[in-house]
Amino acid sequence: MLGEGIIKGMLETAKNFAGSYVSKERLTTVQYPEEREALPEASRNFPILIYDGPEWEAGLRCVACQICEKECPPKCILIEKSADKKPDAVGKPQFYPTRFDIDIAVCMSCQICVEVCPFEAIKMDKEFELATDDRFGGLLHDRHQLAKSNEYYHQIHPVEAAEVDARLAEERAAAAAKSKAAAEAAAAKAAAAKAGAEKPAPPAGGGA
Amino acid sequence: MSGMNVPATIDQIFILFTDWVAHFFPAAIRPIVGVVLGVIGIISVFPGLFALTTVFERKGLGRMQNRYGPNRVGPFGFFQPVADGIKALTKEDVVPFRADGVLHFLAPVVLLAAVFMGFAILPVGRNMVLVDMDAGLLFFFAMGASTELSVFMAGWSSRNKYSLLGAMRAVAQMISYEIPLLLSSVVVIMVAGTLSLPKIVEAQAGYTGIWPHWYVFTPWGLAAFLMFGIAATSETNRSPFDLPEGESELVAGYFTEYSGFKFAIFFIAEYLAMFSMSGIATTLFLGGWSAPLSFLNVLPSWFWFFSKVMCFIFIFIWVRGTLPRLRQDQLMNFAWKFVLPFTLLDLFVTALWRFMGEGWARWIVCSAILIAAYVAMGRVGMFRKNFAHRRYRYAE
Amino acid sequence: MSVVETKTERAEGWNRPPQPAPEGEGELLEIAMGPHHPSTHGVFRMDVVLDGERVMKLKPVFGYLHRNHEQLGETMSYLAIMPYTDRLDYFCSLSNNWGYALAVEKLAGQEAPERAQYLRVILAELTRIQNHASSIGFLLQEMGASGTPLMYAFREREKILDLFESLTGSRMMCNYMRFGGCRVGVNDAWLNATRKVVAGLPKFVDEFEALLTGNEILMARTQGVGVLKPELAVNASITGPMLRASGVDYDIRKVDRYGIYDRFQFRVPLGDHGDIYDRYMVRVLEMRESIHILEQALKDVPGGPVMDPKAKIRGFRPKPGEAYARIEAPKGELGFYVISDGSPNPYRYRVRPPSMINLTVLEDMCLGHNVADVVLIFGSVDIVLGEVDR
Repeated sequence: MLGEGIIKGMLETAKNFAGSYVSKERLTTVQYPEEREALPEASRNFPILIYDGPEWEAGLRCVACQICEKECPPKCILIEKSADKKPDAVGKPQFYPTRFDIDIAVCMSCQICVEVCPFEAIKMDKEFELATDDRFGGLLHDRHQLAKSNEYYHQIHPVEAAEVDARLAEERAAAAAKSKAAAEAAAAKAAAAKAGAEKPAPPAGGGA
Repeated sequence: MSGMNVPATIDQIFILFTDWVAHFFPAAIRPIVGVVLGVIGIISVFPGLFALTTVFERKGLGRMQNRYGPNRVGPFGFFQPVADGIKALTKEDVVPFRADGVLHFLAPVVLLAAVFMGFAILPVGRNMVLVDMDAGLLFFFAMGASTELSVFMAGWSSRNKYSLLGAMRAVAQMISYEIPLLLSSVVVIMVAGTLSLPKIVEAQAGYTGIWPHWYVFTPWGLAAFLMFGIAATSETNRSPFDLPEGESELVAGYFTEYSGFKFAIFFIAEYLAMFSMSGIATTLFLGGWSAPLSFLNVLPSWFWFFSKVMCFIFIFIWVRGTLPRLRQDQLMNFAWKFVLPFTLLDLFVTALWRFMGEGWARWIVCSAILIAAYVAMGRVGMFRKNFAHRRYRYAE
Repeated sequence: MSVVETKTERAEGWNRPPQPAPEGEGELLEIAMGPHHPSTHGVFRMDVVLDGERVMKLKPVFGYLHRNHEQLGETMSYLAIMPYTDRLDYFCSLSNNWGYALAVEKLAGQEAPERAQYLRVILAELTRIQNHASSIGFLLQEMGASGTPLMYAFREREKILDLFESLTGSRMMCNYMRFGGCRVGVNDAWLNATRKVVAGLPKFVDEFEALLTGNEILMARTQGVGVLKPELAVNASITGPMLRASGVDYDIRKVDRYGIYDRFQFRVPLGDHGDIYDRYMVRVLEMRESIHILEQALKDVPGGPVMDPKAKIRGFRPKPGEAYARIEAPKGELGFYVISDGSPNPYRYRVRPPSMINLTVLEDMCLGHNVADVVLIFGSVDIVLGEVDR
């Protein structure tokens, strides 16, 4: 009968109209900015640099290896290496970045920098309300703006941060064990050299 | 005062108020004062209803689409028309350089005047009609046809190829649907025996038991009502017949070159035309100001009239939210090859109804004829165009 | 036949002169629809020559969104191209990722583990469902249905995009497939959430059909409009739902059996008339088949790693060679052709865009129809300008 499909369609619309007053399924609007849905854990927007401890400059995990700068597809990262070294997350003396700029107008949130970083230094933030009216430098984030504490990282990505911490602790333990073994070997060698020096022995040219 | 009939007083409250105000004036000009107050009433009520309808439409469409409509301006968004009005008034009025200035200015004015005239003969409640003309319905259709003049004025004066094309299409559409519109109301005239709208309402104001005598509850009345509804939707350029104002088409419509307040006037006129069409449909088929069930007459008559009009508006909004647009040639085809023949058949059936006299026989005969004709014409129409439900095959 | 002759033939076909106007009528009207137009799915222009309302000649003009995708691919490493493939057909980023990953895996001789294969199929079918729903919604929006089917389609799409976000981190630009598997693994919570979403999808498709399929106005506007004959479709290299709506049984999931599609039972819907209504119905039926595939795939996702353990993220240098891999993207056959010369960057990287190739027959479908139909026919091709222009 002519008009049957139209009537069926109109019943469908009426169902949605009536349903919008009773079920959330039929009225899915979230009244932003008064209501905000929680972002899922894995959500990513722009990168941040993680630092351990209370001091951001001293605790920055980044060692300016510049791998992320090379791998970044749109080349939005600019890094300048320092001249001196300071100890890194596992205690080894490393360079650090004197300059780490990310141009978030260029960044495409692809997360490749996070994937290739060997030092768990750069992670993705979820913050998306970054609009600014400063159109000359407002979207160029320097290392101070990018530095966020490990506690913040735990807040935004709890599961991921826990894994990262576990991995870093493992590496630290492995490094500590290695350095302990190396120290013991050095001490053993020194003891052997000392024992050898009591006998008339040719100068060994320095210790072990 | 203890014997005062409260419902009757509320029912006639506007008449009583008008009489009370008129007593402050000398007897010679009392009728004029009455008319002036009526005009003021119309000019304030219907545009106010228009403002409310714009919000209802946007919120209604929103709810059908699983979203809120406007809900920021005022409580639940009901001050949105104020914001829209301020926007329309403060926009720059751009008139094209080569446009015919006088016609360009007059087109919306003529449209608005013609549409407002249509409210003059509408019986809004018991004894509440501004002008009780003997040929009220004829006057209404004459005014409705004048709106087409202003549509063409708008298209022509813009000196824009596309506006003119849009205007011609709109006028062609409106003229094609005038005939079914008139013919569907002729059946009511045949049965009621009068062109005067208040008398048509009174002919439907009786009750058998609690059931009303509305014409829509008869087979010929229902058929005429449906055809009138389709024709009214097309006259007011509402979806699914809104090709002249469709934005996703090439030609942007006859009011492309209008901006600011003049555009707002076109908009107001479209909605007011919707109200007056709904008002006439209510008067002709739904019993005007009479209540649906006899014991509901305690509520005032103007309340029932406006409820029925708002029901119509809701149906307009509902249809708009559901259906896609018909193409120009398709809607003309539909008018001339389906709606018009069906309306002509309905004339015959109404005559048969009157001829057969009282009894259940005429119900069965008339319903049978109409249903058979509807189904047959529908099938034939779809078949000739090769429109069909299809079955699909699958490959593994 | 000499090369010169072939070239002339092709040029004539491309610059076909307009069909002759009827005698004594006025002049032909030449209009540019776009690039600013509410219905052109992006920045796209059609130069149309009209006689009254009928189309005499139509020339599509695109390139407004050209972003040098293929040339950029030569300047960056294989991994760095992956986020750019997201932005080709930006509705279906996961399908694009899969196609590119397949091409490079073919080049380097890698294979993804079982769990990754299941994940790829699940994500690709979810992408197909949300793409078809949106495409139908947009088609009806252009028909003037004031956005109601579009809103329903987007309501379901939001659920699927939420799944993508909780897995990959981003709703649309997922950047999820890697050469040798997928970037991160899934846990049971995500799989259960997906099962819940998939369980709600048949009801949505039923409601969608109740609103649209029997609608007489839809039928009047789409049946018999924009007919594409199967011979022309095959000759013009059309693929995807457009081809199947013309009646040609060609679905790359069945032909190539890439991934693990041969383990799932699904049918391929075919149309008989090749008009807009058939394309719309083929898309709806494909949505149903995708739901069927998803139900089967979600039932037994195996455990294991999601990444080939031998795959390298950095310093990936495939051996010199070339590879072409294609997938059944929601829009058609999406192909990636990669030539490697042993360096970290590809020597040549080429994308076969289904949207652009499906567009080449737009003129043949539109001739003789009204302008109002041109908009609908264009919408039924289902293009995304990001893919047309790259």
